[in-house]
Amino acid sequence: MKLRSALMAFSAGIVLMGSAANAANLSIVSGDTGNGLAVLREQLDIFEKNTGNKVTIVPMPSSTSDQFGQYKLWLAAGNSDIDVYQTDVIWAPQLSDQLLDLTDATKDVVGAHFPSIIESQTVNGKLVALPIFTDAPALYYRKDLLEKYGKQPPKTWDELAATAKEVQDKEREAGSKDIWGFVWQGNSYEGLTCNALEWVKSNGGGQIIEADGEISINNPQAAAALDRAKGWVNTISPPGVLAYQEEEARGVWQTGNAVFMRNWPYAYGLGNGADSAVKDKFDVVPLPAGSGEGAKSAATLGGWNLAVSKYSKNPKEAIELVKFIASPEMQKLKALKASNLPTIQALYDDADIAKGQPIIPRWKEVFQNAVPRPSAPTKVKYNEVSSNFWTATHDTLSGNGSAADNLEMLEAKLTKLKGAGW
Amino acid sequence: MAVAETVAAPVAGMRSDLMRQRVRSAWVFLAPMLIVLAMVAGWPLVRSIYFSFTNASLANIDAAQWIGFENYLSITRLKSGKILYDGLLADPIWWRAVWNTVKFTIVSVTLETIFGTIVALVLNAEFRGRGIVRAAILVPWAIPTVVSAKMWSWMLNDQFGIINDVLMNLGIISSKIAWTANPDTAMFAVLLVDIWKTTPFMALLILAGLQMVPGDIYEAARIDGVHPVKVFFKVTLPLIRPALMVAVIFRMLDALRIFDLIYVLTPNNSQTKTMSVYARENLFDFDKFAYGSAAATFLFLILAVITVVYIVVGRVNFDGGR
Repeated sequence: MKLRSALMAFSAGIVLMGSAANAANLSIVSGDTGNGLAVLREQLDIFEKNTGNKVTIVPMPSSTSDQFGQYKLWLAAGNSDIDVYQTDVIWAPQLSDQLLDLTDATKDVVGAHFPSIIESQTVNGKLVALPIFTDAPALYYRKDLLEKYGKQPPKTWDELAATAKEVQDKEREAGSKDIWGFVWQGNSYEGLTCNALEWVKSNGGGQIIEADGEISINNPQAAAALDRAKGWVNTISPPGVLAYQEEEARGVWQTGNAVFMRNWPYAYGLGNGADSAVKDKFDVVPLPAGSGEGAKSAATLGGWNLAVSKYSKNPKEAIELVKFIASPEMQKLKALKASNLPTIQALYDDADIAKGQPIIPRWKEVFQNAVPRPSAPTKVKYNEVSSNFWTATHDTLSGNGSAADNLEMLEAKLTKLKGAGW
Repeated sequence: MAVAETVAAPVAGMRSDLMRQRVRSAWVFLAPMLIVLAMVAGWPLVRSIYFSFTNASLANIDAAQWIGFENYLSITRLKSGKILYDGLLADPIWWRAVWNTVKFTIVSVTLETIFGTIVALVLNAEFRGRGIVRAAILVPWAIPTVVSAKMWSWMLNDQFGIINDVLMNLGIISSKIAWTANPDTAMFAVLLVDIWKTTPFMALLILAGLQMVPGDIYEAARIDGVHPVKVFFKVTLPLIRPALMVAVIFRMLDALRIFDLIYVLTPNNSQTKTMSVYARENLFDFDKFAYGSAAATFLFLILAVITVVYIVVGRVNFDGGR
């Protein structure tokens, strides 16, 4: 053991001296959407050149629910093939036991990040992952179409539905047969939890489970919010929206077949890419608000982090890699190329970013007021809570029981799941 | 075991040295297979059954404690006198998954058997290029399920899918259908892909049975002037029945544990969630490893019971011939 750590210190010393001798082979696993993986490769190429270590990307499906199951399995099996995991903001409490504590290694850099994000990745005083970008969704709208029909970007969900319907119908009459009013993520997976949490929260219906652990979802405002969303399916949203994840929604949007889209900021840069049918034709605003008491715009807090597996054979190099990708330079690169929101406060005043991806400085306020999913109060049971919530929502949207009934059932299930406490 | 019996039975009274030696070498030849089987199938099975009686969690498997049947059924009497049932046997989602699986199995295996028989009958006829057609028909079976499921999920996509496009252009449907999202069509979509994929397998097994049927029987039937349909039901079907029964049980076992196709095509959809999908969800996605193990064990039990019932009721003979 002593010999091994001595060797490790030795090899680390060599790496620091910039020599390529005794380089480590690292694996990073990521299920990023859009061009996320291509940007990651670009960053890794720089890392490889700087340190002489080799890094392989293990790509995963983009559904966060799919990734989680696989990662949990690998970690439970003590798999040492993967050194660095790209983790969702909600996973920290569920995986913390099998990830390395980064507190000491990142003492010098954590101060630059937003404290709330660092806190979300800290479990019992242990920093389990270093954030690389944060996320808060936007309402994408077609500037050209709204101007054409003299409409303003909507402030409430009802305005959105009315505008979407009108523009969609008129555009279809004008010959765009395939156009739809509004696309979002309605597949039964974690993304639907994000979407539905926004509808409920923006309608003054609480956040499923409050920070103190109280189950608040069974209330009339939440039911009204789900009923409203049900009204969109097959009127302003394609019936297939119930199977859409982020990329399917972006597919419809980016081919010019949607007036509005709810999606994360990554779609902003891609929408302005050379091959996009909506290039320079769209803009973003915060998501609409509901109606009734306590209604105001709400965005679900997302974001991705890098964590080092406890079973990594090269923890030292793996931590270096994590710190490298989370560094200001790399976050800036990712912001410019993939329009991901940085987690480093100073980058929101960066002139290049403001010019290249104008959404980013505008989104600082949105993500700072974003609503977290109840992963902190529900701890290891979060996935089941979320699955129950998205199933109740999906059932409601596909006409399988009314919102009020489904939420009442959901409350009963969550109460049972909670038992004596989360 | 079976080998020892068949070899030893006729000479129970007078075991010669030669016979004993042959039994011994039979065991020696079987041993590697039995050991591997015990390692890759027996041990995991015993482990999951064990875990289903514990409170194991994936994060800390070694700390699992024995809790008896609680994962299957636990009965709590509340102070108010109400009785609370909990566990797998009282879980409506589980029973829904069982029903989905059974429904899927019955429909898919029935249709695959019918289509497979038709395809096999066609392939059994003499025509030019028969060899190529026989090879070509196996293509869907040869493609890995995950690949074909993904392929179909794009073909069935509501906005860009070719299936909606073709049906719209032919005027069969008036608006695009969300095949995998709509609760009414999700199971249909899964069945469609499964039947497309496994009909060739059934056809192949049935074809093998058909080729065993001697040609002179048909000749005799023709001379007697028996109607071809009657020939099929009175001659062909009884003769290929043993092969058909074995083919059906292969498919049935496969269909009862369907996972990959559904996981790719309609993940998390309660209309198509099967027993395997349910077990995986609990094992890995939720923090309920033991509960998922209970579901997996129950799945194994259901499979075993159905197989035994099928073999007994259907009088399946695995020795070939009669």
